[in-house]
Amino acid sequence: MKNILIKPSKEKLNSFVSFGSFFISIAFIDVLANTFLNLNFTSFLPGKLSYFAPLIIGTIGLYFIRIEFSGNKMLDRINTNFNSNNLNAVLSLIVIFALIKYIPPVLNWFFFDANFVGNSKEECTGSGACWIFVKVWFNRFVYGMYPDAEQWRINSAFFILFALVGASFFVSGKYKTYLIIFLLFVYPIIGLKLISGGDFGLKYVETGAWGGLSLTFIVSAFALILCFPIGMFLALGRRSNLPAIKYSSIGFIELWRGVPLITVLFMSAVMFPMFLPDGTYVDKLIRVLIAITLFEAAYMAEVIRGGLQALPKGQYEAAKSLGMGYWRMHFLIILPQALKLVIPGIANTFLALVKDTPLIFVVGLLELAGMVNLAKTNPKWLGMAMEGYVFAGLVFWIICYAMSRYSQNLEKKLSTER
Amino acid sequence: MSKIIELKNVNKWFDKFQALKDVSLEVNQQEKIVICGPSGSGKSTLIRCINRLEEHQEGQIIVDGKEISENTKDIEKIRAEVGMVFQQFNLFPHLSILDNCTLAPIWVKKLPKKQAEEIAMKNLERVQIADQAKKFPGQLSGGQQQRSALARALCMEPKIMLFDEPTSALDPEMIKEVLDSMVDLAKAGMTMIVVTHEMGFAKEVADNMIFMDEGRIVEKAKTKDFFDNPKSDRTKLFLSQIL
Repeated sequence: MKNILIKPSKEKLNSFVSFGSFFISIAFIDVLANTFLNLNFTSFLPGKLSYFAPLIIGTIGLYFIRIEFSGNKMLDRINTNFNSNNLNAVLSLIVIFALIKYIPPVLNWFFFDANFVGNSKEECTGSGACWIFVKVWFNRFVYGMYPDAEQWRINSAFFILFALVGASFFVSGKYKTYLIIFLLFVYPIIGLKLISGGDFGLKYVETGAWGGLSLTFIVSAFALILCFPIGMFLALGRRSNLPAIKYSSIGFIELWRGVPLITVLFMSAVMFPMFLPDGTYVDKLIRVLIAITLFEAAYMAEVIRGGLQALPKGQYEAAKSLGMGYWRMHFLIILPQALKLVIPGIANTFLALVKDTPLIFVVGLLELAGMVNLAKTNPKWLGMAMEGYVFAGLVFWIICYAMSRYSQNLEKKLSTER
Repeated sequence: MSKIIELKNVNKWFDKFQALKDVSLEVNQQEKIVICGPSGSGKSTLIRCINRLEEHQEGQIIVDGKEISENTKDIEKIRAEVGMVFQQFNLFPHLSILDNCTLAPIWVKKLPKKQAEEIAMKNLERVQIADQAKKFPGQLSGGQQQRSALARALCMEPKIMLFDEPTSALDPEMIKEVLDSMVDLAKAGMTMIVVTHEMGFAKEVADNMIFMDEGRIVEKAKTKDFFDNPKSDRTKLFLSQIL
């Protein structure tokens, strides 16, 4: 092997680097020409070989420039990060070539060949995405079947919510506590009343008409706020010394964790009303909220229990030795630390919850993904599934990514380690 | 002087293993007792029974006139009067040193925040760590953490202090700063029960020494007698090994 392979060496650095760069350039030019100009320089080679030619040439080029401690910073960085051995060289090239080859078509579909102007499917003449679909249906995607004339109520409910949440970041001390209590316990009722109406001269809008992104937010927010404390008490209950509390917590958690959410939702729609006395009626949305909340609370309980178990026994003993009882010990010492430990797990559960909300379609409630599903079956807009789902996916991604970033910030902010 | 702690024929089992065998002990107010003995001899278990971090199965433990048993409803009240310092410090890592010290006075003794902070600063001053009050436990050295833990216990203004091997987890050069604070506390007249292997400390402050082995109190004597002419052979052997 030694005789066949020329070993790149530091003495002839310049010639090796220029030789290697030449090969690499050829490989890149071939891929670029192939992607953007539809030219195939290597078409004289037999099929498969022609396809892999840039990869092989590029790998040879990378082999020649692989010189350790060359003294050239740029070269050293390339070698350590992309080109530390032959396998890494091949993998790096595959990734780079794949990006070159597949990003342009995606961008074309999204922007360059996409249609933005117009009001009907017929005006979508380009080969890319038909964003007119999303534009025309945007109102429905956000508000569902909520009457147009009443949509200001949803807007103002969310506006007030965001204003209050924003304000809670700026005020401090006692007022912050009051604001948070108001947000958690009073505002949800006011907000729901504002959206559902029926009193104070507001027209009643039945929950079947609610929908779209606003419903996604409503369901997620309620379930998030409610499942957290329930999960916390279940976690404490499962670790309790009192058998009655312990075993009912275990039973509850295992029951809900063992059933698929979609089944739970069906039960809430079909079975639950049968247990109610005649004449009583619990709104569909409320039933769904209860079902999702209890379902996620079981998961939350196990996440929080993980945090409780990770705390050293000494923390409990120190709290006890200072004369703290069960509740003070848990709320002042144990839970603050345990919850901090499991922020990633809590964020995980919250994200899963937000992404589970589309399942409420099984009881006839259509949030964002449900509305997309409905819109794409409209005879005037057949064949728009791709655009609709990409839009819904993007919106969900933005929501979830924002939550994920927030949880990371929280982790940093609460960290008291050195 | 009046009795503040009284143990009568206390027996304690961990499952089948008997950790305390027929232990009887009386501690007077302001008395300083040092408990020593080989590991596994039940010394930690003994003092942990006094504030019921461990439960005893037989016998009586009476602290400040109140018997401790499973029927004790206000065990929290007794614990609030009995301070404890642990081997592993057990500071609350999510709170600053000052908050560590004020938390229990505010929430258990219901002191106003301002008063609790005054007491905390006074005690932090006493263990010479007042300048670190705003820091978090993770930012301090082991010796500083242990002194903070001592200050935290003192902030409850306890009648009795229990020390469970307070210097065993420390680097050698930090042991002295913690022992100095403890000597200081002893001179101020605190009732103290200390489990430790620091015999220098014992000779300096202890009124009585207790030697434990296999769950029994083998020997209890005045400090001077204990070191100068121990009665039991087991004590002699132990002392010859550690001195």
